[in-house]
Amino acid sequence: MLSIKNLNKIYHTEEGDEVVALSDINLYVADKEFVCFIGPSGCGKTTLLRIIAGLEKPDSGTLTVNKEPITGPGPDRGMVFQEYSLFPWRTVLKNITFSLELKKIPKSEREKIAREFLELVGLLEFADSYPHELSGGMKQRVAIARAMVNDPDVLLMDEPFGAVDAQTRNRLQHELLNIWERKKKTVLFITHSVDEAVFLADKVVVFTARPGRVKEVINVDLPRPRERTSFEANAVREHLLASLGAEIQAAID
Amino acid sequence: MGQFLDMRKRTLEITSVASAIIIWEIIARIINKKYILPSFTDVGAAFLKLVSGGELYRDIITSLNFFVIGMGVAIAVGIPLGVMMGWFKTIDKAIDPIIEMIRPIPPLAWIPFAILWFGLTKYAAGFVIFVGAVFPILVNTYTGFRNTPKVLVESGMVLGCIKNRDLIFRIALPAALPAIATGVRVGMGVGWMCVVAAEMFGVSTYGIGWKIWHWNDLHHMDLVLTYMLVLGFIALVIDRLFRYIVQEWWLKWQTGIVV
Ligand SMILES: Nc1ncnc2c1ncn2[C@@H]1O[C@H](COP(=O)(O)OP(=O)(O)O)[C@@H](O)[C@H]1O
Ligand SMILES: [Mg+2]
Repeated sequence: MLSIKNLNKIYHTEEGDEVVALSDINLYVADKEFVCFIGPSGCGKTTLLRIIAGLEKPDSGTLTVNKEPITGPGPDRGMVFQEYSLFPWRTVLKNITFSLELKKIPKSEREKIAREFLELVGLLEFADSYPHELSGGMKQRVAIARAMVNDPDVLLMDEPFGAVDAQTRNRLQHELLNIWERKKKTVLFITHSVDEAVFLADKVVVFTARPGRVKEVINVDLPRPRERTSFEANAVREHLLASLGAEIQAAID
Repeated sequence: MGQFLDMRKRTLEITSVASAIIIWEIIARIINKKYILPSFTDVGAAFLKLVSGGELYRDIITSLNFFVIGMGVAIAVGIPLGVMMGWFKTIDKAIDPIIEMIRPIPPLAWIPFAILWFGLTKYAAGFVIFVGAVFPILVNTYTGFRNTPKVLVESGMVLGCIKNRDLIFRIALPAALPAIATGVRVGMGVGWMCVVAAEMFGVSTYGIGWKIWHWNDLHHMDLVLTYMLVLGFIALVIDRLFRYIVQEWWLKWQTGIVV
């Protein structure tokens, strides 16, 4: 369970200006919920995710995971970054065993666990490849496996499929849902695609243009597996597009 | 097809080197003064004499010994210092001004102090080579650390790699290896150049650099040129060998050839 109360974040630029990135964010996410963040670019989505990850400190407000305050990165939260983040000097398998090495789990055991997760993302045959030998979509699947192997309660994902082509993206969404249903994690997933949010989320959080506030939280009560083009999905999509459109217009003005 | 191109390249290389040798030989014969420009055959004869007497072998071993001392210390000092300065901002701020003051001094200017501190020993020669090699290693290590992609450090942190020690050894150091390899390679080049000067002041009666001065004093220019060519050839071998080791074993994970 994740709770955010009265969170504010201000950046100070080198020229001495203040950028209010997040303003009075209040959010509650139940266990095993799949939540999508959507909003105009620059509204603070990445900042919020980084604060939850413990990579950035808020200026005020309280954040808790399972009632524990967040003070820094921790094993209860995993993250998949928008940019490719695999360690290029490690093979795919060794990327996944990274966190297990730190936990001093014996080699044979950690490789067994890593192979399980590689199988989960369908890349077992690439265990001994180096990241530069993988396509963009494959890299992100390995990054997901690497985050999952640490067994976090919350998986934070910052536009993980932003840089892959549409077909691959659809497949990755399916795979992600499979993993999520099997491992039952809480997922916070940033996207700029309304379609992606409607297909994936239990709950969509719409942010306002900068300074980022929570504009509305939409529950997507559609049965899974979802039909991308069902009548109900279209209704949610239209609502989201209208809500987001107003903010994107505000961001331009 | 590839093999064919390869062979054409080889043929071109051999032709070019052979022509250079022939032109050299012709000019030397026209001048016909061994003490101004020894010919290729003069040098070849001198080389064979040196090899058969076993002298060249001892010279090479002596020079390599100085080189290894200087390089060893340069690596042992340059990499850790570069790591510390690259990772800890306060250490960087404290040490950088000192480094920037010492770095522009040419290594050869250290020779008086090298003799003063170490006497006429192999350590004096090693010291001059060290001064030449340490800065490229230090600076490249530092830059490599500074350029560690932020996303890799943060990935490490969210995976439980929090302590500076872990972040340095598990993330920043491997990420900086290509830069460090470049630094060592450049450092070896500079260090080898310093060998000639380091041997000039007579820390030993053997050594490639020493022999260049020695035979120069006796106006045996064929021997001077032979040692010069040996000096260049060894530099080439060291460089190729290092590149091979780095690419085959050390940095196999890299996409392209960076070093
Ligand atoms: N390190 C930083 N220093 C200054 N401003 C920043 C920094 N990081 C982000 N910002 C600013 O904060 C705002 C929110 O950024 P971000 O969270 O990346 O938005 P989003 O992910 O929604 O596109 C932007 O205006 C961005 O320019
Ligand atoms: Mg972002």
